[in-house]
This record gives sequence, structure tokens and C-alpha cells, in this order.
Amino acid sequence: MAKAQARSDKPLVLETTCLTKLFGGLTAVNEFDLSVHKGEILSLIGPNGAGKTTVFNVVTGIYTPEKGAVIFRGIPITGKKPHQIVTSGIARTFQNIRLFPDMTCLENIMAGQHCRSRAGVITSIFRFAAQRKEEKRIQEQAEFRLRQVNLSRAHGELAKNIPYGSQRMLEIARALASEPTLVVLDEPSSGLNTRETRDLMTFLQTLIAQEDITILLIEHDMNVVMGISDWVVVMDEGRKIAEGIPEDIYQNQRVIEAYLGKDDDEEY
Amino acid sequence: MELRQQNNQRRLLDFGHPQIVLIVSAFILYPFFVSDYLIDIAFFFGIYALLGLSLNIVLGEVGLFDLGHAGFYAIGAYTTAILNTRYGVPILVLLPVSAIAAGLFAYLVCSPIIHLQGDYLLIVTLGMGEIVRLALINNPFDLTGGPNGVFGIDFPSLGTWFVIDSSIKYYFLIWIVVALSIVGLTRLQQSRIGRAWNYIREDEIAAKASGVDVRSFKLLAFILGAGLAGVAGNIYASKLMCVSPESFTFWESCLMFCIVLIGGMGSIPGVIIGAAFISLFPEIFRPFAMYRMLVFGSAMILMMMFRPGGVWPRKRGAVSFTSLLSTNGREHG
Repeated sequence: MAKAQARSDKPLVLETTCLTKLFGGLTAVNEFDLSVHKGEILSLIGPNGAGKTTVFNVVTGIYTPEKGAVIFRGIPITGKKPHQIVTSGIARTFQNIRLFPDMTCLENIMAGQHCRSRAGVITSIFRFAAQRKEEKRIQEQAEFRLRQVNLSRAHGELAKNIPYGSQRMLEIARALASEPTLVVLDEPSSGLNTRETRDLMTFLQTLIAQEDITILLIEHDMNVVMGISDWVVVMDEGRKIAEGIPEDIYQNQRVIEAYLGKDDDEEY
Repeated sequence: MELRQQNNQRRLLDFGHPQIVLIVSAFILYPFFVSDYLIDIAFFFGIYALLGLSLNIVLGEVGLFDLGHAGFYAIGAYTTAILNTRYGVPILVLLPVSAIAAGLFAYLVCSPIIHLQGDYLLIVTLGMGEIVRLALINNPFDLTGGPNGVFGIDFPSLGTWFVIDSSIKYYFLIWIVVALSIVGLTRLQQSRIGRAWNYIREDEIAAKASGVDVRSFKLLAFILGAGLAGVAGNIYASKLMCVSPESFTFWESCLMFCIVLIGGMGSIPGVIIGAAFISLFPEIFRPFAMYRMLVFGSAMILMMMFRPGGVWPRKRGAVSFTSLLSTNGREHG
């Protein structure tokens, strides 16, 4: 209870109110409320098809909700375009890695800095001093992020040629390169082995400790969820069915039912 | 610091590579040793190089299928022809005007269709190119002269002391424009704009999610590509002294498409090679004109089978990382 109290003292970073998203007749997200506080790692969990990724896509502007609002740092961002949302400070990764396969790792990360730079056609053609300075800053930021995920050695490799685990980290680094306030990670540990998952957890914890950043993640790996989350929100069939600190969620009857129900289906 | 300066210089002018100096000198010396006929062939090689470079922005860099590029080329050529013959505007003044006219046309036509993907965009641009050609044939407002086109276009000139009136001067005009375009486009490739275009080509959703304004950058590519095609149209119109709709058929768009595909999408040297192939090939095989298409078709098929990435695909990485690593001070010794 004390933990929950301490949490609500911190300022809100992201808030969704009454968020509803329909796909034809299917209600993917149903009046979903979420509040993410500054400096925390919030995990969104739930069985497959619960609507977690849809929430992410609404928050990052890929979908427009039918109802409800997304408020980021006090400003409503509902209906804004994805690139405007990135510029305002929300960066994301995808469940199935989306890199720029035929470009180098460095160029991939530089994408994050795109929204933080201004150079236009004329400035770029004539290479004015401002453009050169900006370009240098982009490279420095990209290099910093590459080092942060231990990939500086692979800077010149094409993104499609590096191992799967590195691709995941590269995508996270690309998101971080946009200097976000909130990072939205869609199943960052999927496809990683035990060691890589452990490294990822340490990485995220160090990140939270060192930088002024908030993390919202979807996760299926319960070790990750219980290990690093400050707060857990459970979704089922588009609704929030529970939220709380990891220990409480672990014992919550409705959560167990939601998950076990699914398990039963699987064990014919 | 000095080292980095040098690196930069080298990259800007590319004089660090002896082969480039060699190629440039060959281009400068070439017209002094050959007949006017061969100079004219090289002139049309230059026109195709410029058209290839312009389509390369749209097709090569951003990966948008544009099969109506001849439409923009036509807008440039007709802008020059009409303004010159009717109002006596000098050709060199019309060079930027044609570029702007073609760019503006691209903006107007492409903004409603820019969200289309892949082959859908291909079909719409194909239709756009054909509509431009048909409109020119129908002689709207008595401007375009119908199927006969517009005659009597001036030579490019500055006063009376500098007139571009011979094959050799036209040769230098087009190749200087091509050279400047290459420098400009190479710099764009290495800037945030070129990278944004490539992000869109590689993965549009990821580009969006990384903060690239996909729609604007696609439009920008179309506008720049059309503008450059407009420049080609201007030079072409004044060289031939007349323009007619049959110079801007679907076949021209096809040729430009082939130039980019043969050379390698997004590769500037590749585009020049592709243009050489397209413009010199018919000349070399003139005696076998009957079989030209046969050979051309087989060449394309073989290309797609054995070098799907083009003759000279763009190499990644080597360029963009040099300045970053020079902080260690051991590169480029």
C-alpha cells in the first residue's frame, strides 16, 4: 500500500482515459484507463488478444481511438500523427523487430535523431555550417546509443546481418536515440535466450536509474515482469482487470483465472 | 582537426579517387576528338543520365513506383517551349522556371495519391503520365500546338556574347548540369533527408515510428524528382528547338524506370551506367535495329536473374562512418 502511495505522488507522464478502439464489430480495447508515472517501469500484461498491442498502437498514433483520450505530460495527443508523437517524446519498439534491414546499424540508430534535427534540402546540398554541426551531433548521439547497447563494434554492419538478440537491442537503441521521455517496448524479451533476457533486464534498470526516462512495456515473460516492474496492469478482452505492485498481481484471483482459462484451452 | 578537415574536403569533391578525376577528364576531352554525331549521342546520354537521376530520387531512394515520370519531363519541356516562343523569355531563365513548374505540378498531382502503396501508385502515375501526353495532343487553350507541338525555341544565351548554339556547347551544358546534380544528390544522400528517404523505402511503419514525416518526405522526393526532370525537359526542348507530345510517351517513362533498375536502386554511379546502357545501346546496335528490342528484353531478363540489385548497387556504411572514426586518428593515414 505504501508503494502505491509513493507512486501516486510522482507526476503523471502518460494517461489514457476511457480509451476505446473498435475493429469492425470487435472491441479490441474497451474503456481502458491507464496512468504511467514518472520514472517507473510499468508492465502491461494479459493473455494473447487482450488488446495490449492495440493500446500501444493507439498511444503511438498508429491507430486513432473511437473514444477516449491519450494525455502525455498534460497535453492531449489523441489523433496526432506518429511522427508528431515521437517528436513530443514517446518512442517505441515493435513486437516483431522492425529495423531498416539494408542500412547499417549506425544509420538505423540515426533514424531516432531525425525528429531532433532540422536541416532542409538547401542546407543539406550546400552543407552549411549549421547542417554539418547538426550532422555531427546526430552521429555523436547515435554512437553514444550504440555503445550503450554494446554494439559499437557492429556500427558498419547491415542491420539484417547482425544476430537476433542484437537486432532487438538495436531497435531499443534507435528508440532511445530520439531522446524520449517515455519508451514504449512491445515484448522486448521475446525470442531472447535466458542470458540475453537477464542482460535486457539489467539494461532497462540501469537506464531508469541513469536517465530521466519512463518505460512502458508489454511482456509475457513473468520473470521479467516480476523482476523489474514497479507497477503491473493486467488486461483481458480489452479491459483492465487488475493493477498493482507485482507481488499483489501474482496472487490476484482474477489474473490467475484469466491466465489459467487460457492455459486450459491450450492443454486439450 | 586538420585530419578531419581533409577528410571532409575529400568527401565533398571526391578528388581523393583517381578514377573520378580520370572519368571527368575523359568527359571534358571527349568532344574535342569526335564527330558532331558522336557528341550528340553523348548529349542524349547526358539527358538520360539527368532523367535517371531525377527518377532515382523517387524510385531509388524512396522506393515509390513512378511510371509517369515522362509527364514531369514534358511539363518542363513545354513550359520552356511556350514561355520562350510566346513571350520571348530567355532559355536560361526558364531553366529554374521549368524546374519549379514541374515541381509544382508534381506537388498538385501527387499530394492526393501519395499514400498509395506499391503497384497502386504505379498505376496512378502511369495514368498521370498518359493524361499529360493526351492533354498536350488536345491543345488546351491553343497553347501546346496539338500533335505538332511547339516550334522555334531559342538557343540558351546570355546577351549576345554567350550563345549555346553548337553540339559541343550543348554537350557541356548538359554534362555540367548532370555533374552539379550528382554533387547535390550525393550530398542529399548523406544528409538526414537522404536517410529519411531510405528509411521509408526500407520500412515505412518503422520510419513513421522513428519520427519521420513519411508523407512530406515522399512528396518532397516527388517534387525534387519532377523538378530535375523539368530541367532535363528545358535543355531537351532548346536542343531540339521543338517539342511534341510523341517525345513524352509511356516508353520514355519505361526507359527511365529501366535506367534506375539496371543501375541499382539509389545508386548514383549505377544510374549513370544505366543511362549509358539505355542511350548508347541503340546506337551500337543500329545495324540490327530489328532485333534491338529482342536483345534489350533478354538483357533485362538476364539482369534480373543474375544481378537483381543492379549493375552497381549502392555500398552502405563506408561513407557515413569515416568522420566518426577519425576521432581515433588512425583512419585514412
